[in-house]
Amino acid sequence: MKKRFLLELLRKYGMLIILLCIIIVISILSDRFLTLSNFLVITRQVTINGIVAAGMTVVILSGGIDLSVGAVIALSGALSAGLLASTNNWLLGILMGLFMGALFGAFNGVLVAHPKLPPFIVTLATMALARGLTLVYTGGRPILVNNEIYESIGGGYIRGVPVPVVIMAVIYVLMYIVLKNHRFGRLVYAIGGNEEACRLSGINVERVKIGIYTLSGLMAGLTGVVLTSRLISAQPTAGSGYELDAIAAVILGGTSLSGGQGHIGGTIIGAFIIGVLSNGLNLLNVSPFYQDVAKGLVILMAVLLDRLLYATGSVQKGVVS
Amino acid sequence: MKRTALVVLLVLVLGVASVSAQSYVVGLSVSTLNNPFFVDLKEGAEEAAAQLGLTLIATDAQNDANRQLSSVEDLISRGVNILVINPVDSSAIVPAIRAANKGGVPVITVDRGADGGTVVSHVASDNVAGGKMAGEFIVELLGGRGKVVELEGIPGTSAARDRGTGFNAAIASYGDIKVVAKQEAGFDRARGMSVMENILQAQPEINAVFAHNDEMALGALTAIRASGRDIIVVGFDATDDAVKAVEEGRMAATVAQKPREMGKIAVEAALKYLKGEEVPEYVPVDLALVKK
Repeated sequence: MKKRFLLELLRKYGMLIILLCIIIVISILSDRFLTLSNFLVITRQVTINGIVAAGMTVVILSGGIDLSVGAVIALSGALSAGLLASTNNWLLGILMGLFMGALFGAFNGVLVAHPKLPPFIVTLATMALARGLTLVYTGGRPILVNNEIYESIGGGYIRGVPVPVVIMAVIYVLMYIVLKNHRFGRLVYAIGGNEEACRLSGINVERVKIGIYTLSGLMAGLTGVVLTSRLISAQPTAGSGYELDAIAAVILGGTSLSGGQGHIGGTIIGAFIIGVLSNGLNLLNVSPFYQDVAKGLVILMAVLLDRLLYATGSVQKGVVS
Repeated sequence: MKRTALVVLLVLVLGVASVSAQSYVVGLSVSTLNNPFFVDLKEGAEEAAAQLGLTLIATDAQNDANRQLSSVEDLISRGVNILVINPVDSSAIVPAIRAANKGGVPVITVDRGADGGTVVSHVASDNVAGGKMAGEFIVELLGGRGKVVELEGIPGTSAARDRGTGFNAAIASYGDIKVVAKQEAGFDRARGMSVMENILQAQPEINAVFAHNDEMALGALTAIRASGRDIIVVGFDATDDAVKAVEEGRMAATVAQKPREMGKIAVEAALKYLKGEEVPEYVPVDLALVKK
């Protein structure tokens, strides 16, 4: 009885425990790690991956994948900075970034839903498309941002809390509510669990899918704006490989790649595991060549551990809780 | 049990870290270690740090401006005494430099400069001297008289401006050396070739070509070979292709930067500054002529 309770606890909070372990180990090794200023640094760094990963969570919950987010970050950032440069209107700049992201996401969604193409292939293609369009639009050169309000999205503070952290917190709260209580959220889980059953029970699977990918694109667009603001310039090669960081955060957060199982709360913990690890390895003066090795090993171990915890229990996979 | 294993592993991996408490700590942020040029730069910095008894913390931005900003923030958190930054992008590095300024950490930039923020010193190749070197070599080969072509890089870039300035300064004192054509070819091989083809059509007599980088030089070389004419070509950067062309005698020379030297000089400048000595705003790094 007691053992089962412990297992249940481990299963539920396993990743949180791993995150705490990593924090404890780094704190022991470095006296600079556990400070308020470093905590703020890490949290602000996590926002970029955190926001993309929130959208990615919904996609993966539905049994899909979105590889285009990194490239969409670059494209929406570039168009956002471009419009800002020509109009000097920060609101237009932000809206452009969000619109571009959502538009690209909707494009992904339509292709995934209607000709029923595999999301891996669709988003692989749109990734190349968005990358190419970014280079065409920017001519391979960065677009500079010179607008105080726009710059504060990535670099400003509200009562001592970095603005992007506030944005990320709002998004996670909204996502939590939508996934837990909203019809759309329940449909996401249902489609991820059994798409055919959803279709047979009269659910408009196509429409939900377009919504899911649009949401992911919107999050990428928002990230593009935050990133452009943080770097006070849109970089033509921004966001390279960010889709993989986002997927890693989602998987570390316990969401199953086959869909239907997981939750948004885990994703933010996953994003923090990656962020804390990067920060800690830099603080500890680990050679850059070893850093990726360490990151890869920790991710692998964490996922293995998670799998082992599930394998020893009696809980059936695929059950929506 | 499994958790213990994870912690043990993490400690092992992190065990690579070596933290010495006494000496100054220099934080180094390199734009990418996926390019031998910057690996040399990092190794030069490490060698200098070891010699001078400094602790060096190196980070790799993987050519991602955001990753670079994050690692610079980490280094500031770590409490480094000074930062040596090789920016991924001159404009995107500004927030990182401002963060360092705010945290009271002095910054030295290497190879690429920064568009804003306060920087103690900038360490970079002396492109003017490199252009001069190429010019003097061409003068020497031509015996002080002949017609030359200059293929320029992207207008407005410091590399194109400085290399051109040095080259023209070198040949200015020789009245019998005439620049018969001066065209922009965007540091690009294909453009170097097509621009050179046009120049070959227009100019019946050309003795030498100086290109602001090897890509344009190699493009020009292809055009010259197709025309069957005998023209000396000198490039800049010492890329692998160009060094091979020099060894095979197809190209006369190329100017090489010394990244290892750059890293070393940057760390030396950092120590000087920490000791309260004067450090110039710009520290030029020598170049070398690669010829057969």
